[in-house]
Amino acid sequence: MPQVTLTVNGKQHTVDVEGRTLLVELLREKLGLTGTHVGCDTSQCGACVVHVDGISAKSCTMLALQAEGCAIATIEGLAAADGTLHPMQEMFREHHALQCGFCTPGMVMSAIDMVNSHPQGLTEKQIREGLEGNLCRCTGYHNIVKAIAAAWPLMHQKAAAAE
Amino acid sequence: MAFDGIGASVRRKEDARFLSGRGHYTDDMNRVGQFHAFIKRSDRPHATIDSIDTAAAKQAPGVVAVYVGADMAADNIGGLPCGWQIHNKDGSPMAEPMHPVIATGKARHVGDPVVVVIAETKQQAKDAAELVNIDYTDLPGIATMQEALKSGAALVHDDAPGNLCYDWHIGDKAVVDGVFANAAKVVKLELINNRLVPNAMEPRAALGDCDPFSGDYTLITTSQNPHVIRLLMGAFVLHIPENKLRVIAPDVGGGFGSKIYHYAEEAIVTWAAGKLHRPVKWTAERNESFMSDAHGRDHVSTAEMAVDADGHFLGLRVSTLANMGAYLSTFAPCVPTYLYATLLAGVYKTPVIYCEVKAVFTNTVPVDAYRGAGRPEATFLLERLVDCVAQETGIDRVELRRRNFIAPDAFPYQTPVALQYDSGNYQATLDGALAAADYAGFAARRAAARTRGKLRGIGVSTYLEACGIAPSAVVGSLGARAGLYECANIRVHPTGSVTVFTGSHSHGQGHETTFAQLVSSQLGVPIDQVEVVHGDTGKIPFGMGTYGSRSLAVGGTAMVKAMDKIITKGKKIAAHLMEASVDDIEFKDGVFSVAGTDKKKALVEISLAAYVPHNYPIEELEPGLDETAFYDPKNFTFPGGCHVAEVEVDPDTGVTEVVNFVAVDDVGRVINPMIVEGQVQGGVAQGIGQALLESAVYDASGQLLSGSMMDYTMPRADNLPNIKVGTEITLCTHNPLGVKGCGEVGAIGSPPAIINALVDALKEYGVRHIEMPATAPKLWSIINAARPRMAA
Repeated sequence: MPQVTLTVNGKQHTVDVEGRTLLVELLREKLGLTGTHVGCDTSQCGACVVHVDGISAKSCTMLALQAEGCAIATIEGLAAADGTLHPMQEMFREHHALQCGFCTPGMVMSAIDMVNSHPQGLTEKQIREGLEGNLCRCTGYHNIVKAIAAAWPLMHQKAAAAE
Repeated sequence: MAFDGIGASVRRKEDARFLSGRGHYTDDMNRVGQFHAFIKRSDRPHATIDSIDTAAAKQAPGVVAVYVGADMAADNIGGLPCGWQIHNKDGSPMAEPMHPVIATGKARHVGDPVVVVIAETKQQAKDAAELVNIDYTDLPGIATMQEALKSGAALVHDDAPGNLCYDWHIGDKAVVDGVFANAAKVVKLELINNRLVPNAMEPRAALGDCDPFSGDYTLITTSQNPHVIRLLMGAFVLHIPENKLRVIAPDVGGGFGSKIYHYAEEAIVTWAAGKLHRPVKWTAERNESFMSDAHGRDHVSTAEMAVDADGHFLGLRVSTLANMGAYLSTFAPCVPTYLYATLLAGVYKTPVIYCEVKAVFTNTVPVDAYRGAGRPEATFLLERLVDCVAQETGIDRVELRRRNFIAPDAFPYQTPVALQYDSGNYQATLDGALAAADYAGFAARRAAARTRGKLRGIGVSTYLEACGIAPSAVVGSLGARAGLYECANIRVHPTGSVTVFTGSHSHGQGHETTFAQLVSSQLGVPIDQVEVVHGDTGKIPFGMGTYGSRSLAVGGTAMVKAMDKIITKGKKIAAHLMEASVDDIEFKDGVFSVAGTDKKKALVEISLAAYVPHNYPIEELEPGLDETAFYDPKNFTFPGGCHVAEVEVDPDTGVTEVVNFVAVDDVGRVINPMIVEGQVQGGVAQGIGQALLESAVYDASGQLLSGSMMDYTMPRADNLPNIKVGTEITLCTHNPLGVKGCGEVGAIGSPPAIINALVDALKEYGVRHIEMPATAPKLWSIINAARPRMAA
């Protein structure tokens, strides 16, 4: 059986996988990282979004073997070791941007990439279009849009302070 | 400390685990030694199963068992039960054909389970299923109700002649016909309520386990009501007594009704675990959700309103066909009857109403309650018809509504269709919504849109619904085979913290927060010392679960009743400790005090005494501070309100933009405004989805065409507007909290508001009605067809 070596949330793993094993199956079934969810078979819903080398990707649409040598970040790795939430997680909580929580991990990972890749700012329209690949059935998106808009200054202030 | 009592937007206790990937959904759970089930489903709408060759699959790597319907029959496994019996006009019971767990003899819809393959891994089970050969003989597929009812149509079930499940009615037809015969005007509308696929984001999953030594079964499942599943599956399907069956519904990723029902897969994994003495897990792929989760809506109706010369409604006459699909899902028969026809008075004082409903079997996925369940169908019909009455009488549609509203001082109000409304103020919600939507300023916005080449319209919907289902004796007399009370157990621990065990189930509603707020404020215990436990028959005394926006009205009231018992007992303990008469003990903000003195004891002192009863009235009082209450509601609750939608249509493409949406609802007392607002926004999103985007489509043979999220249009962030939510409260008069329910109002009020707005936008094209979903091609066709005529 082929092997893949990859880093997940800062920790390196070498795992035996079938050629057809999806990245999301590796995360959920081999590494026990069940925060990343599977909501569809057709790459529509985005519940499985993780970061691959810092870029959001649907882990149901990538073979585990394609992640060879990659750094993967999942929802489990976002909060600080002391439990302090990432600003995006905190804004989702503050603005009630989640109800059942199933789409939430993918939503948060997509949202972080969206904010990171728009250092000049994000309009509501851009946020709504940026969420094209993530489905939520509970919230009507209203509060998700608010949460992302609220996280933008927090994340960019933090980034500026770090420089 | 910030105010966190009733009325505060407390941030949710459950969020931290969901936001950090530490939720525990069914598919996240695994048991040592578990096998995986894959279900091979019928790809035929209607076919006899002539033979099934499983030999190759049984030899495939990792396969431990392959089961077909005959294997379950050999174990004396019954069919899946239906929980509600409707009677025909002539008093005879509805047709209730067998619903096999695994199809036997015939497959009746695309998605019907035919073969179960169980293997060491999910992939092995799926691979082996490819090796199963099923010989089918196709039968004519019945895709629509109109086809099903044709004389000579193929029968979905041999014991349901004419494909008719029931032919039911409510009201006095002769009286209503008489009113119509003498009315100044009759306005008629034929309309369809489109079939929807619920699509909770978490696909269904089930993990069955059985301890071969004790015979104890456990089922972990994606359910809104684990006790109902234990009752139905244990008593009627697998014959496992309740004491040997534990059903756990852990974190559940959305339900919207679709996770109420007892599904075949729950029985399959539990039964197979018992046979194989190993845990068996099944998780739906999304395509299975489309072809096996109960669908919603699917009505075809004719509606007529009789009006006098001044536009007063004199009578309503409705005839509806309701699709049941291929089998009766758990609560399907009550949806188009007691949750639909009884709502046809709406917010209006229409004096007489007659409604007849034919429920029809077709070769499609079973249909059952989906967010709103009958009330969206009633509301869409009524609010579209009212707009047609306005159009045809020339009376302004808002004025027409006001003219026919039940007055704020008319409560309790007895409708002609069985329900008695306890409270409401439809003028107030209408006024609130019109103000928030700047209805008065619409003409200027329409003119401005015109200069941009856009067709702008505004639509109003004034709706009412029934929640808090329901008084057991009433629903029992109407055919329910269950009681619809709720149970709560409040456990005050020795050192004063509290655990609340509730029979309600949270799958997005935020009960862990709202219920904690309620208990915290009533018992005076800090909210972080109140824990809410739900979703486990092993922990909770009993429960009927969460649907019909009932959790606070029914489940919350059970909590209040249990807390009353805690306080009553606490007063006795306090009276003993403070050497006072129990009649003199008062309880407020977590403190028992002797009236007129400075003597007091905190709840924690009382709970400690209850569990360490050294100085305690042990002769009269048992130790402990742990009380259970069951609450059977006295009536339904009746939320209502007004939704206003404003849309712009691009005449060149037919694309609709919802530019403004306002919902002003009366949901009774609000515990957590943030959560209520979120519930309404989510419901409105599903309503806009129904109105503009969503539709389950079958071809003429019964093949499901919209079988994935690539084919079925789920609302996305850029399809939806910001949704402004307001409330105008009247209190429910028959529960102690005055609460009504907020989970479904959004999905009920919004579809007609959207369609009314579209008809308004397109009125110059001679449009009277637009069927849902009002997709861009549909609107473009309407506009394009009318253009040459308008140019001429």
